[in-house]
Amino acid sequence: MKFYGKGIPNINADDLTGKLIVIEGADGSGRSTQIRLLTDFLEGRGFGTVNVGLKRSNLVSAELEQAMQGNVLSQVTLSLFYATDFMDQLENNIIPALRAGFIVLADRYIYTLMARDILRGSDPGWLQTIYSLALVPDAVFYLNVSPSFLIERTFQKKDSLDYWESGMDVRMSRDIFDSFIKYQRRMKAEFQKMKEMYRFEVINGNRSAKAIAMDLQKKVELILNI
Amino acid sequence: MNLITKHNRKGRLIAVEGLDGSGKSTQVYLLKRWLELEGFKVFFTEWNSSVLVKNATKKGKKLNLLTPTTFSLIHCTDFADRYERQIWPLLCAGYLVLADRYMFTAFARDAARGCDPEWVRNLYSFASLPDITFYFNLPPEIAINRILEGRPTLKYHEAGMDLGLSTDPYQSFRLFQGMIHEKYSQMIREFDFISIDASLPVDVQQHTVREIVKEKVDLPAFKHRARSGL
Repeated sequence: MKFYGKGIPNINADDLTGKLIVIEGADGSGRSTQIRLLTDFLEGRGFGTVNVGLKRSNLVSAELEQAMQGNVLSQVTLSLFYATDFMDQLENNIIPALRAGFIVLADRYIYTLMARDILRGSDPGWLQTIYSLALVPDAVFYLNVSPSFLIERTFQKKDSLDYWESGMDVRMSRDIFDSFIKYQRRMKAEFQKMKEMYRFEVINGNRSAKAIAMDLQKKVELILNI
Repeated sequence: MNLITKHNRKGRLIAVEGLDGSGKSTQVYLLKRWLELEGFKVFFTEWNSSVLVKNATKKGKKLNLLTPTTFSLIHCTDFADRYERQIWPLLCAGYLVLADRYMFTAFARDAARGCDPEWVRNLYSFASLPDITFYFNLPPEIAINRILEGRPTLKYHEAGMDLGLSTDPYQSFRLFQGMIHEKYSQMIREFDFISIDASLPVDVQQHTVREIVKEKVDLPAFKHRARSGL
């Protein structure tokens, strides 16, 4: 494998024999369903898999969660808190699993973190340098779902829209519904911009979970040569 | 890769740097006292003190969860919290902001831990350079002896034990401080540090510090206009 930049001190990317597969997409795009189906598929074939995702580090996830409840963090601080959370998982979960030959399925990766921050005014060059320590995944699948479809899915699961996923802190609208649509459109635009640079495969997410899963399985078979 | 630049706000930012035991905290305290007694708008901030982030840092250190990269990131998060909520707004409001340790502490320590120096500089590029950086320069042997005289219990990271330099905390501390001194020395020119001979008596150093501040800062502009409670 390789890193986007110089990488992490004392880690040799050539030792990492596993595969890293990333699924990106908004809340409600079906990411977690697809990760679950892909895990079943891979484990059924005898591959060891490990799931990782944002805000799940031992180091700061609890503090990050707490800080987001209070809405007390400024932009750069929040960015760096997320970067800390990501790097903790990269070094302590992702890399050891890859070294042991596992397939790591990441429910979101640096792209969501960068898109969120760029949209809130962070400098893209600053973020790219910070995340130059990340590993280049073997594949990135971006589940592309229209904002109106996302809203439907969200309301099927919960009875309200999430403050952050609606971009309420960006203050594009006082109306949470309106804000959600605007925010998700801008997130999509940021992902479109990153598509070439980071080689995403865009997956049409406006389909049934089963149809998407079949699609992903075929693509993963190619990556694993099975 | 972003460069670190100067600010263009009314306030002035004065940072002090130096090894543990160099006496910089005493010096910045005396500087603060003088400026306060003269009636200037002063704010003081110190390294690793953001209430919000401190708990995570403490836990990380205690449970030994930190790698050089996360060590660097979590300290920068702490700094960012103080910078965005205090340092920057106060510079905009025309304060004299005094910082006991600033980004250069991270540049020295993180580089000693093996982080790429350019990566760390980029990390801190959201913040401005100080208007004055005093570097309290002391040969590492003297600084180390000042700290070790009382045979204190050295904390794991404080002693640089995570670098694996030695299994003896005291020996590890000596080697670690030597490395940091070297990193500081390399930064003197890069960041225009004003080097103060920290082996001189406290009042002599303080006199020099105050003279330099008077010369470089238009102090009368920092007088409180609206004094509350007087």
